[in-house]
Amino acid sequence: MSVLNRPAGTTAPSWRRFALHAALAAGAFVTVYPLLWMTGSSLKPENEIFGGSSPVPGNPTTEHYTEGWSAGGDFGTYFLNSLTISVLAVIGNVLACSMAAYAFARLDFRFRKLWFALMLATIMLPYHAVLIPQYFLFHELGWVNTILPLVIPKFLATDAFFVFLMVQFIRSLPPELDQAAAIDGCNPFQTYRRLIFPLLRPALVTTAAFTFIWTYEDFFSQLVYLNDSSQYTVPLGLRMFLNSMGDSSYGQLFAMSVLTVLPVFVLFVLFQKHLVEGISTGSVKG
Amino acid sequence: MSASPRTRVRVRARHRHNGWGYLFLAPWLVGFFLLVLGPMAASLALSFTDFNLFDPPKWIGLDNYRQAFFDDERFWNALRVTFTYVFASVPARLAFALAVAMLLNRGVRGLRVYRAVYYLPSLLGGSVAIAVLWRQLFGSDGLLNHFLSWFGADTGHSWIADPDTSLLTMIVLAAWQFGSPMIIFLAGLRQIPQELYEAAELDGAGPIARFRAVTLPLLSPLIFFNLLLQVIGAFQAFTPAYVVSNGTGGPSDSTLFYTLYLYEEGFTQFHMGYASALAWVLFAVIAVFSAIAFLSSKYWVHYADVRS
Repeated sequence: MSVLNRPAGTTAPSWRRFALHAALAAGAFVTVYPLLWMTGSSLKPENEIFGGSSPVPGNPTTEHYTEGWSAGGDFGTYFLNSLTISVLAVIGNVLACSMAAYAFARLDFRFRKLWFALMLATIMLPYHAVLIPQYFLFHELGWVNTILPLVIPKFLATDAFFVFLMVQFIRSLPPELDQAAAIDGCNPFQTYRRLIFPLLRPALVTTAAFTFIWTYEDFFSQLVYLNDSSQYTVPLGLRMFLNSMGDSSYGQLFAMSVLTVLPVFVLFVLFQKHLVEGISTGSVKG
Repeated sequence: MSASPRTRVRVRARHRHNGWGYLFLAPWLVGFFLLVLGPMAASLALSFTDFNLFDPPKWIGLDNYRQAFFDDERFWNALRVTFTYVFASVPARLAFALAVAMLLNRGVRGLRVYRAVYYLPSLLGGSVAIAVLWRQLFGSDGLLNHFLSWFGADTGHSWIADPDTSLLTMIVLAAWQFGSPMIIFLAGLRQIPQELYEAAELDGAGPIARFRAVTLPLLSPLIFFNLLLQVIGAFQAFTPAYVVSNGTGGPSDSTLFYTLYLYEEGFTQFHMGYASALAWVLFAVIAVFSAIAFLSSKYWVHYADVRS
């Protein structure tokens, strides 16, 4: 590597590098402090939560977790419902978006450019513009209070930014691969299944991780479509718990809050690289 | 695409995969017509009706829009709250994003750790759990007041319950989630050739001049991209305000985000015709903003292949 290509800063005097690290570390500390404090406070006795700003519990206890779990309705069911919806949403997005993306990126058919432009336009469309007729449609189908309105749209590739992400990825694959497959006698379906789908893996992992996290955290559409507490998901259950507790027991509220973000945190740690790359390619909202 | 007449004729003559193409596109096409285009047209039509989901819609012409614009203070209040939120939180978020990205781009060791830590709030910030946390942080007994008491400040003030500061806590929550535009900026900064900075430095440009002459123009496509997506997203913000205010948009409607008002009209009052009109006003506002962004972009967005 030539001297010219060195990133700026490596030649800076050491006190400047130290100042840079100090600034970044201080900023990072302030950024995660609320999360650390909530986690720490969930392990503190109630009177200690309001007593101090330190995230470290003086007398750690797990009582908020056990009490919150039994007091907060039926968190086991909430987690199961959320998991079901999120996993189905992942399957739907991975299949439907990759199919649409393969068509847009590799197949040659009439009006392809028109459909592609319309698909891109839907990325900017606010959900509310379609909300009420969608609700009416699902109501007429008898799907309100079921998970279908939350899951079926994913099997119809309505999350356009994932289609776009995959189109970008497929376009970066050498077209000679498709041609070779065609010469070997593969029809487009076989090319998709045996060649494109496996090669698309990094984009599929990104899609799966974001779909899971966003579906799991989604509050608005679950609030709209799920009214029966047996259908409640994690966000709805937590909000009902908050309503019933008011500001009276932050220990239990924090404990359940920490539990609900734990799956997202684990996915974040496992798939950090894919999430960052998905955002970096500039096609994923956030 | 610049195709010669001959190739254009050839392309028009054959679309090799008409059948396969539409087969693969079928799920998307069904979704597009049934869940996007159809509902858009239907919500426009419903916005001219009185509709409560159970009785057939009754045509009332422009009455919903007339009521919203001339007879509905809460509509104007919701617009005011939402505009304040959008035009305070998006610049704050993008400024943090760009500043931290520039620090991270200085060849710092431990980049991945810093990047992960700064990104985390973006992933969690929209959840109900964080809204629960926010209620405590800015409550009268909350963490913020505890810090302020170190400096002898009054400790009993609830930032959530005071209509003058409740919206501010929502803006702070939004600014905290600067991680995802930060990652986009960081990816863009890494594409800027170091030689440009060195050339500018040789010409005697200081840090501020280098930022204005090199960083800003070369990053402008990403600034445009982030600005557009963040504004569209911010107009639709819902969860934090709903959870923190117990679904009311209070105190005194000070956090009555537009989407909260729309939800209340549509799904608790079942004024679905009126809510459809509200949705189309929101759609129009977002479309106008996007149009302004696109039309103005030729004056301030520079693409790499254009000499400047």
